[in-house]
Amino acid sequence: MNAIRYEPVIGLEIHCQLQTRTKIFCGCSTAFGAPPNSHVCPVCLGLPGALPVLNRQAVDFAIRAALALGCEVQSESIFARKNYFYPDLPKGYQISQYERPLALGGSLTIAAGGGKRVGLTRIHMEEDAGKSLHEGFPDSDRRTYLDYNRSGVPLIEIVSEPDMRSAAEASEFFAKLRDILVWIGVNDGNMEEGSLRCDANVSVRPVGQTAFGVKTEVKNLNSFRYVHKAIEYEVDRQVDLLDGGGRVVQETRLFDSTGGATHSMRSKEEAHDYRYFPEPDLPPLVVDAARIERARAAMPELPEARRARFIAAYGLPEYDAGVLTQSAALAQYYEQVAREAGNPKAASNWVMGELLRTLKERGAEIADVPLAAGALAGLIRLVDSNVLSSSTAKDVFARMYDSGRSADDIVSAEGLAQMDDESALHAIVRDVMTANPDAIAQVRAGKNNAFGFLVGQVMKQSGGKANPKIANQLLKRELDGTP
Amino acid sequence: MLQSTASAIREDVASGRVSAVEVCRAFLDRTTAVNAALNAFNLVTSERALAQAAEIDRRRAAGQTLGVLAGVPVAIKDNLCVRGMTTTASSRILEHFVPPYDATVVARLAAADAVVIGKTNCDEFAMGSSNENSAFGPVRNPWAQDRTPGGSSGGSAAAVAARCAPLALGSDTGGSIRQPAGFCGVVGLKPTYGRVSRYGLLAFASSLDQIGPFTHTVRDAALALSAIAGADPSDATASREAVPDFAASLTGDIKGLRIGVPRAFVADGVDAGVRAAFDAAIGTLRGSGAQLVDIELPHARYAIPVYYLVATAEASSNLARYDGVRYGYRSARDKDQNLKQMYSRTRDEGFGAEVKRRIMLGTYVLSAGYYDAYYLKAQQVRTLVRQDYQQAFEKVDVIAMPTSPIPPFRLGERTGDPLQMYLADVFTVSANLAGLPAISVPCGFSEGHLPVGLQLTGRMFDEATLLRAADAYERETDWHAQAPAI
Repeated sequence: MNAIRYEPVIGLEIHCQLQTRTKIFCGCSTAFGAPPNSHVCPVCLGLPGALPVLNRQAVDFAIRAALALGCEVQSESIFARKNYFYPDLPKGYQISQYERPLALGGSLTIAAGGGKRVGLTRIHMEEDAGKSLHEGFPDSDRRTYLDYNRSGVPLIEIVSEPDMRSAAEASEFFAKLRDILVWIGVNDGNMEEGSLRCDANVSVRPVGQTAFGVKTEVKNLNSFRYVHKAIEYEVDRQVDLLDGGGRVVQETRLFDSTGGATHSMRSKEEAHDYRYFPEPDLPPLVVDAARIERARAAMPELPEARRARFIAAYGLPEYDAGVLTQSAALAQYYEQVAREAGNPKAASNWVMGELLRTLKERGAEIADVPLAAGALAGLIRLVDSNVLSSSTAKDVFARMYDSGRSADDIVSAEGLAQMDDESALHAIVRDVMTANPDAIAQVRAGKNNAFGFLVGQVMKQSGGKANPKIANQLLKRELDGTP
Repeated sequence: MLQSTASAIREDVASGRVSAVEVCRAFLDRTTAVNAALNAFNLVTSERALAQAAEIDRRRAAGQTLGVLAGVPVAIKDNLCVRGMTTTASSRILEHFVPPYDATVVARLAAADAVVIGKTNCDEFAMGSSNENSAFGPVRNPWAQDRTPGGSSGGSAAAVAARCAPLALGSDTGGSIRQPAGFCGVVGLKPTYGRVSRYGLLAFASSLDQIGPFTHTVRDAALALSAIAGADPSDATASREAVPDFAASLTGDIKGLRIGVPRAFVADGVDAGVRAAFDAAIGTLRGSGAQLVDIELPHARYAIPVYYLVATAEASSNLARYDGVRYGYRSARDKDQNLKQMYSRTRDEGFGAEVKRRIMLGTYVLSAGYYDAYYLKAQQVRTLVRQDYQQAFEKVDVIAMPTSPIPPFRLGERTGDPLQMYLADVFTVSANLAGLPAISVPCGFSEGHLPVGLQLTGRMFDEATLLRAADAYERETDWHAQAPAI
């Protein structure tokens, strides 16, 4: 018996918090982690008579995201009310967009599936809900507590086409989308704080069939790993069902990260009728061409473009360009170092080497790096102009990183400059030769190791400051010149 | 003093002929004397009002400039938020709700130095045409206490008619200012949609709601409108249209002004006494030099069904926030009730019958499978109603109709038949659907000395012309100066 082979069909819906200072419809702060219900007002608490007023920055961020993903920003979009009752939803409806979203179309190319282009359906704007706290209080068995700090935080929902065919494709899509959203500065990428949340629509169909199978919506996938695990689980579940002669039921399922399984949350029959209708408290959102152009102009160069430019303009190897464009902040840092040092490859070596290593050791982010790009460039210039040897430079780097002092400062204060002065070096060379007749004899006998030993002695006596090139030349000359 | 207009009181207070405290005390005394009979107020805030009046007197004594409504006592419909003052919308569900903020109109009245004396009774969440839907009992008409003052702003209309205050604020979603103004023999103005900020108004139907004043004279209405109108950063639907000094437009001259009369529309179902008063009123306008022009509003007869689809749809959503979770009434019938039970019991016990009826209607209208047939269709017809007016306003400057087809009816007379009650809004709802400004001014009495209102409707944001016509009419009559014998 030949088992039927199935093909998964996956589409994602991603909720992305926009990094505005204030909420989407009021002036309350969006800062995470404040004491419960400290960032609230009549508007985001849904008090009687309060009205929403749209945050311009949220719109500009949404437009930026839409442009970065190649979507078509609509000249007019309409806010709508999504009506349902839940305690963390203070108005009894969520202000969202429905029939006429902010942006349509767009795509994102992933490496999996041979450079697959995943289509986007739409991007719409909406407000986040508050948080229901079911645990962590002495009376949590009887009570749910509510924190409305998150109520009204601006979101965009990005909906993909059902273009993905594996859990790996889906999790790569999610990861790549996150990188871009963080890169363009609209999202902080902090999935643990819920800045980015993902639901997946999953179905399977026999390979070769064009019609879609019955899909389930899997909610609560808040890490790349969970996306991967939940989709794999759900695909297997559906295939098992079909293989066993059963059928997939259209429903909403919840992913339980501890068990790694999905569980039925509500059936199609229990699905909410959200009774969407246009939000009468907000006029249509009109975005004119000038605003789109301003957003385009304010858009940072996207990762792909920047990588290509690093290769072309700075002659960097592909690997370096890839590492340096992992985040916008790193790329920007690198580029400043490269420009100011006038040596792109050395800049790349320093940033990828000492800098990233030190950041990793300290568990720090590039955004928090205490060492200014200009300072690192200064250090590189000292090496390039032979003031510092590269080994001394590494020590200086460590001191700069901790103290915030400039390379020049450290070098002159601590007398670390490389010894280029031939007469001073000459004296050291002579001392070394006098003290090591055996080594000289070995060199003369053709043992190159012994020459290296002598250079090392010169370096040692100079406190590591001797310019190795000059030390070499002097030693050679002395050895050649003396009988 | 009780017969004084707001304009006169302001002048007297500003000039020192009378103190704000004296004014305030006189109107508070009057309110206390008649409110037991009328039930026009849900709350009278004497102490706070007197303190505010004293502060105005102190500022005058110190030589400071006073606002345009200095010392004018004002009654606020109980669906408008006043910081620290219980605001109930005449509903059990908000019986003890105290808002932490002022509605924009309340803040603007305060900035103009008006003195809030209390909150007026109304139909629950402004849903009704008779004030019988208040959780705190009906308001009685000062002209005939066995009759309705109209609704939903019945308390505000009755308060002004009974001289408890020379100025009151109401809200008008389908006629809730104009109809009670007509029933109570006072002036009631519904401004253009967007002319006045709705921030702090407990929403009934957001695309229709508009706040406006009740007064004795058109001049006072103009004064009040200038004080409360204008853009508001807290209301995205509040217009940035410039706010003129409306009182300055009251020239008394309406020579050549074209007044449209939709004869076919007002032909049927109008009470004989109302018709006689209306015919006399348009005769007076013609006598003042206005030109009467026959117009047609072919879709006006659909306005009632359209209104009750759009308004209930929006209401079903607007009232979802009253769920017992954060504020207001919460059912405690059963300690072990689950969330769903808590919701349904809270709303079942907290809302009155008419509010529940409209929530159910509106929920149905928006439901999957019915949305296109009801909500969407209603919006399309709403556009036709609006276009009717646009076409009419190509030929005329103002449109005249009776405010209500019937005079104030007896309390209890229509409560058994909601549809009959809805039909009484036939002449008022279309201005809300079209967003147009409209005013009701006293134009006589029908049988039994029951007040009749003349309704004038103007172009979008052309309250100036509307008020000029109404003022010109008022100059030729003395209906507005008559007071009920309470």
